[in-house]
Amino acid sequence: MEQTQSQDGQSQSQRQTFDEMWGHTQDLRSPYARFHDWFQDEDPARLQKKQREAEEVFRLTGITFNVYGRAEAAERLIPFDIIPRIIAGREWSKLARGIEQRVRAINAFLYDIYHRQEIIRAGRLPAEMIAKNEAFLPQMIGVEPPGGVYTHIVGIDLVRTGDDDFFVLEDNARTPSGVSYMLENRETMLQMFPELFSKNRVQPVSNYPKMLRRSLAACAPPQCTGIPVVAVLTPGIYNSAYYEHSFLADKMGVELVEGHDLRVIDGRVAMRTTQGYKAIDVLYRRVDDEYLDPLNFNPDSALGIPGIMDVYRAGGITIANAPGTGIADDKAIYSYMPDIVEFYTGEKAILQNVPTHRCSDPKTLQYVLDNLKELVVKEVHGSGGYGMLIGPTSSKRELSEFRAKLQSRPANYIAQPTLALSTVPILTKAGLAPRHVDLRPFVLVSPNGIEITPGGLTRVALKKGSLVVNSSQGGGTKDTWVLEE
Amino acid sequence: MLGKTAGGLYWMFRYLERSENTARLVEAGQRIALTRSSSAEDEWLSILQTAAVDVGYMEKYEEVTKEQAIDWMLRDKDNPSSVLSVVGAARDNARLVRTALTREVWESVNQCWMVLKEALARKVSERDLPEVLSLIRQRAAFVRGAMHGTMLRNDIYDFARIGTFIERADNTARILDTKYYVLLPSAFSVGSAVDNVQWESILRSVSAEGGFRMVYGQDVKPREIAQFLILDKRMPRSLAFCCDKIRDNLGYLVADYADRLPCHDMADQLGLNYMSHTVDEIFDHGLHEFIQDFLTATGSLGRQIEIDYRFTV
Repeated sequence: MEQTQSQDGQSQSQRQTFDEMWGHTQDLRSPYARFHDWFQDEDPARLQKKQREAEEVFRLTGITFNVYGRAEAAERLIPFDIIPRIIAGREWSKLARGIEQRVRAINAFLYDIYHRQEIIRAGRLPAEMIAKNEAFLPQMIGVEPPGGVYTHIVGIDLVRTGDDDFFVLEDNARTPSGVSYMLENRETMLQMFPELFSKNRVQPVSNYPKMLRRSLAACAPPQCTGIPVVAVLTPGIYNSAYYEHSFLADKMGVELVEGHDLRVIDGRVAMRTTQGYKAIDVLYRRVDDEYLDPLNFNPDSALGIPGIMDVYRAGGITIANAPGTGIADDKAIYSYMPDIVEFYTGEKAILQNVPTHRCSDPKTLQYVLDNLKELVVKEVHGSGGYGMLIGPTSSKRELSEFRAKLQSRPANYIAQPTLALSTVPILTKAGLAPRHVDLRPFVLVSPNGIEITPGGLTRVALKKGSLVVNSSQGGGTKDTWVLEE
Repeated sequence: MLGKTAGGLYWMFRYLERSENTARLVEAGQRIALTRSSSAEDEWLSILQTAAVDVGYMEKYEEVTKEQAIDWMLRDKDNPSSVLSVVGAARDNARLVRTALTREVWESVNQCWMVLKEALARKVSERDLPEVLSLIRQRAAFVRGAMHGTMLRNDIYDFARIGTFIERADNTARILDTKYYVLLPSAFSVGSAVDNVQWESILRSVSAEGGFRMVYGQDVKPREIAQFLILDKRMPRSLAFCCDKIRDNLGYLVADYADRLPCHDMADQLGLNYMSHTVDEIFDHGLHEFIQDFLTATGSLGRQIEIDYRFTV
C-alpha cells in the first residue's frame, strides 16, 4: 500500500519501511538498546496505566487545541504516546549541520528577495516565482529588519526513509507552532519515567524559552534603549494555538498581548498596562501577516495594530518573524531550495529535498495526472494537512475530484512521490507497534548565531499504515530524544 | 502588568466567588423548602432576586418552581450567572491571564471547570443536589487554597482579591436587601417559627450559622444578625470585612505603583460612610436605604477601579 519510487525507478514495498528501532532487518539499532532492556522488564499493565495518566496530565494542564471548521469549537487533546523516539547523537550532529545551513540560506534568500534580487538576476530563480506569488509582500521591499534577521524562529519538517536518509518535507518560516508540545512532552516523560532518563543520557530541551527570549532580545530595534521589552502577540483565547502562546509568554516571563492591548504612541508600539502605556521593543507575533496591520494589510482585521508597519519601517519595533517571510516556505519556492542553499552558501545542500513536480508546467502536469495514484499532491499555499491528496490511500472518487482540481488550477499544486516514511514504535493495547513519523526541529536565529534545540517535535500517525501526522487530522506526538554522543 | 490582565484577574475571582455564593443560596433555599410547606415559591423568587437572576428567569418561565429555579441557577447557559456559566467565564479569564497565574492555580481552575461541567451536564436530581452543591463550594475552595499557597503577594494578587471582595460584598448586601424586612424590629414577629426559619436561612446563605453561635449563642435575634453581617470585622463575609479587604488591597497597589487614584478615595469613603455607624443607627436610618446605598456605592467603586487601572480601552 505504501509505494515509493527509488532512484532506479523500482518500486519498494512496505516491508522495506525503515523502522527507527529495528532498522530494515529487525536488528535492534543502538540508540534503542537501553530503552529495549528497560521495556522488556516493564509490566505492560503499568505502561497502559502510565499512558492514561499522561493524558490526564495534559487535560489538567490545559494543553489543548481548538479545531477549526467544526460547528462547536471544542477543545481537544493532541494524543501523546509515551514511547520516546530516540535519535543517536552523531545522527543529530549531521542533521543539525544541514538545518543550520538551510536556515542561513533562507535568511539570506529573504534579504535578497526584498532587496536586490540577485538570485533572479543570476537566473537561478524565475522572476514570476516572486512577482506572481501571493506570499511576496511588496511592503517589505527595501526594509531593513533589525539585526538583519527575518526568520527568528524556524521549524524544519523532516522525514526519514533510511539509516542515513533524511528529507526536508517543508520549511516553516512564518510562525511555526508545536514547540510547547516538545517541552511539555519532555516534562511529562521526566515525571513519569525518571529511571529511563538515568539510564540514557538525553540532551535537554528545557532551556528553549530562555534561548528564545535571549534570541529575540538580541534583535532589538534601533530605537530600543535599555533592556529590550519583549511581548508575545496572540489572536486570543479562541485561537487553536492559544495554549502555546500563553505557555511561551509564561516561560519567557513576558507579556502576552492582543491587538487591542496595543496602540501606536509617539512612534512606538505600546501596551496598555495598569500604569499607562509602555513601549514594546520586540514583538513575537503569532498573528499572520495579513492581520497584522489594518492600515497596511487587511483593513478588516480586528487582531492587528493600526500603524505597526510604519513603526517597523522606522526602526521602532522588531516583528518576529518579519512580515513577508512566507515567500521562503511557499511550496512552489520549496522546489528551488537546493539551488537557493547553493546560491547563498556556496555549498551543496546537506539536507535533501523531496523531489517535487511543479504542476504549473504543462508536461509535468500531464505526468502528475498520469501517475496520480502514486503521488502526494499538495496545495502550494495550504498547511495543516488540509487540501492534500495521498494517492496510494485515496479512493477512486477522491482521485477524480483531485484530477479536476489540478486541471482547473494547476499552478496551485505541487506533487511529490510517496515516501516510505520511517516508523517508530508506539504503545498499543497489543504492545509496541510501528507507526509513521516526521520531525520538526525548532531553530532560533539572531545576530549572535543559529541555535537548534536537540530533537524537536515528533508527530506520529496513530492509525496503522497512515502517513498523515497532522494533529488536525488525528495525529499524535511523542517525546524526541537526542542522546549525548 | 497589562490592564487587560488586571481585569481578567478581577473578573476571574469575581466569577469564582459568585459560583460559590450561588451554591450557598440554592442550599439555603432548598433548606427552607424542606422545612416549610407553604409559599415555597415566594422563597425561590426571593432567592432568584438575591442572585439578581430573576428577570432572566421570568423571561424564560411562566411560574417559579423549585426545580426550574435550581436548574436556572446551577446550569442554564441562558443565565450568565448560573454556576456553569460563571465557572466557564472564570476559566476563560484564567486562560486570558494564564501567564499571571501559577501552574497550581491554573490547574485548580481548569479542574474546577472540568469537574463541574461534568457534574452539571444533566439536570441535578433532588437526591444528588447536596453532593453537587458541596462539590461547587469545594472546587472554589481548592482554587482559593492554591492561590494562598502559591501566588506572590504582588499586584496580581491584589487585583484577584479586590475582585473577590467586591463580589462578596455585593452578594452579602443582596442577601440583606431581599431579606431586610424579616430583620426589622416588630412586635408581632419576635420569635415566631416562620421568622426563625428565615433568620437561619440568612445565616446559612453566608455560611455563618456556626460563627454566629460562637459569638451570640443559640438564640437568633435579627438585630444581632444585622450586626454580624454588616459590622463584624471577624466575619469573613460581612460588609465591614469586605470593605477593609478592598481598601487594604487597593492600598497595596498605591504603595506598589506609587500612585493614588480616584478609586482609593472612593474606597476610603465607603468605609467612612457605611462602616462607622452602630447597628442601631443603621436601623434608625433605615436598613433598606442603607443597603441600597451600599450596593450603589460598591458598584461605582468597581467601575472606578476598572477605569483607574485601564481594564479596557
